[in-house]
Amino acid sequence: MPRTPKAWLLLAAVLLASAGTAWAADSPAAAPPRAGLNWPAIVMFFVFVLATLGITYRAARQTKSAADFYAAGGGITGFQNGLAIAGDYMSAASFLGISGLVFASGFDGLIYSIGFLVGWPIIMFLIAERLRNLGKFTFSDVASFRLAQTPIRILSATGTLVVVAFYLIAQMVGAGKLIELLFGMQYLYAVVVVGALMIVYVAFGGMKATTWVQITKACLLLGGATFMALAVLWRYGFSPEAMFADAVATHPRGQSIMAPGNFVSDPVSTISLGLALMFGTAGLPHILMRFFTVSDAKAARKSVFYATGLIGYFYILTFIIGFGAITFLMNDPTYFRLGDGGAYNRLTDMFGGTNMAAVHLSNAVGGSLFMGFISAVAFATILAVVAGLTLAGASAVSHDLYASVIARGRVDENREVRISKISAIAIGIVAIILGYIFENQNVAFMVGLAFSVAASCNFPVLLMSVFWKGTTTRGALFGGFLGLASAVLMVVLSRAVWVSTLGFAAPLFPYDNPALFSMTIAFAGICVFSKTDRSERARREQDAFEAQYVRSETGIGASGVHAH
Amino acid sequence: MDRSYPIEEPHKRILANPKFQELVRRRSGFAWILSAVMLGIYCGFILLVAFAKDLMAYRVGEGVTSLGIFLGLGIIATAFILTGIYVVRANGRFDELTRSLQDEVPL
Repeated sequence: MPRTPKAWLLLAAVLLASAGTAWAADSPAAAPPRAGLNWPAIVMFFVFVLATLGITYRAARQTKSAADFYAAGGGITGFQNGLAIAGDYMSAASFLGISGLVFASGFDGLIYSIGFLVGWPIIMFLIAERLRNLGKFTFSDVASFRLAQTPIRILSATGTLVVVAFYLIAQMVGAGKLIELLFGMQYLYAVVVVGALMIVYVAFGGMKATTWVQITKACLLLGGATFMALAVLWRYGFSPEAMFADAVATHPRGQSIMAPGNFVSDPVSTISLGLALMFGTAGLPHILMRFFTVSDAKAARKSVFYATGLIGYFYILTFIIGFGAITFLMNDPTYFRLGDGGAYNRLTDMFGGTNMAAVHLSNAVGGSLFMGFISAVAFATILAVVAGLTLAGASAVSHDLYASVIARGRVDENREVRISKISAIAIGIVAIILGYIFENQNVAFMVGLAFSVAASCNFPVLLMSVFWKGTTTRGALFGGFLGLASAVLMVVLSRAVWVSTLGFAAPLFPYDNPALFSMTIAFAGICVFSKTDRSERARREQDAFEAQYVRSETGIGASGVHAH
Repeated sequence: MDRSYPIEEPHKRILANPKFQELVRRRSGFAWILSAVMLGIYCGFILLVAFAKDLMAYRVGEGVTSLGIFLGLGIIATAFILTGIYVVRANGRFDELTRSLQDEVPL
């Protein structure tokens, strides 16, 4: 497979051509409410796809070893990795969703952004360099460093695949809807194009292509968002106060948009959500993988520093964009579905819903050409994020399940990488099918669920195996699976699934987010089942902590730049 | 997997090295303090959001901008500054200690 890059390009070309016909066959059902085919967006998106295919082609030619495939050969610099991490984190959901939330309720959007951001300093202080010092390709390498390979790899691969699956479904469904709306393309075709392109990036270009696609998209997104925020502030002579004052005067909720509103219903749910966002970030497999693409602990630290700055900057931009959308759009009836006598509700009647606030604002500040650019960037954003997720999932299958569990380490590199490529194709196809099945389901809870599982399974196992000498295989295994199961169970019993999706009258789990409880269960489980583990293996594992400790703190003995 | 180490394992020598102990004590202490600061600020913010909405709505100065907006943007800036402080320390002084430790314990 690696030797036939031309075949891949051909496949990509065929898929794009079929996508072209999908656009040309302008189905009335899929036509967006405002415009027909969005040609500037389509052209700019094609340019992006061609550029990324070029990147992928180059990356594929340089990708020879397993280290190249999983970790881009360890040759990514701290700044590049910071951009790529920021890119992984700045999904279309956070760009459109948070600016839409600010548009609808002002200050509340900021609560969300802060929750997403504050996990990063914690990753920096406690996780990043230790991860780099101990691991090779996936975070399971770290969790299973001194524990029994087979059970711990199965646990962390399960955690990875569950997180990837929920995250991916949410992204695919969101992508389909968004592309349907922005490009006038049918849902199914949109999902197929996204799935096919992510397969090409990952299976063909591995981590190197995925990283550079991510960096390209991060620059485009930050550039576009910066332009929009500056255009908004320019109107107010760069005085945020003037912008806020205008927004308060325009918004139906008036001054209350400057304070916490109904978004925070009860403190327990809020704290639980905060924990899920904060520690879930430190358990997202596609983010953790990025720490192995840099040469050493020093570069790992730098990448978190840049990522934190870029993500924080991005959230400030979305905040300004949300307020800009209030002042630029709310008094302009062209952005709303009009009722009798031209009346409209400023919060509920926006074309495409409030999540489209940023896209409409791009039209208001930069005209249809700039709106095309922002639409293309939103599409590119989805592509880059799903590619990162797919790579994490494929690595869990090939590096953790296949190489370490099934083949028990007796596998040659080429075969392992081939399995990874096949897994990427399989994950892509499954994602397309699931995206199609879930088209009309409410999938908003899935991102929250992905973060909760990451915070309740991956993060506790990782943290405890690195920091607590007493952790044993039995403890990590029971604690991790208990955290995973309880997080999933509590989400199923909560309002989002039990009432909204399954149609029962009242939720059995009263809070919106399980993390506060499922994380407690996971940590308690690890402690209790480790403490009560009196086996010979447990004693050896605890004895092996010292060697792991020295390496995690100093990097002595760590795999350096993955040369081949 | 045989994990019965002979006594003179390299990691034992490093563990016993005073430089290693100093490095770990200082860096871990620093990292945990910064983590506690970040967690404390964030939890404080969430508790204010949940229980002190009026305080968050308090208008600063003449205009409409509320205390909550300043606090929120302040937390974003703080997160960035704290990671910056850590990187400067860790990539400077702590890495020097690590290097001199590596020189002392040739592997």
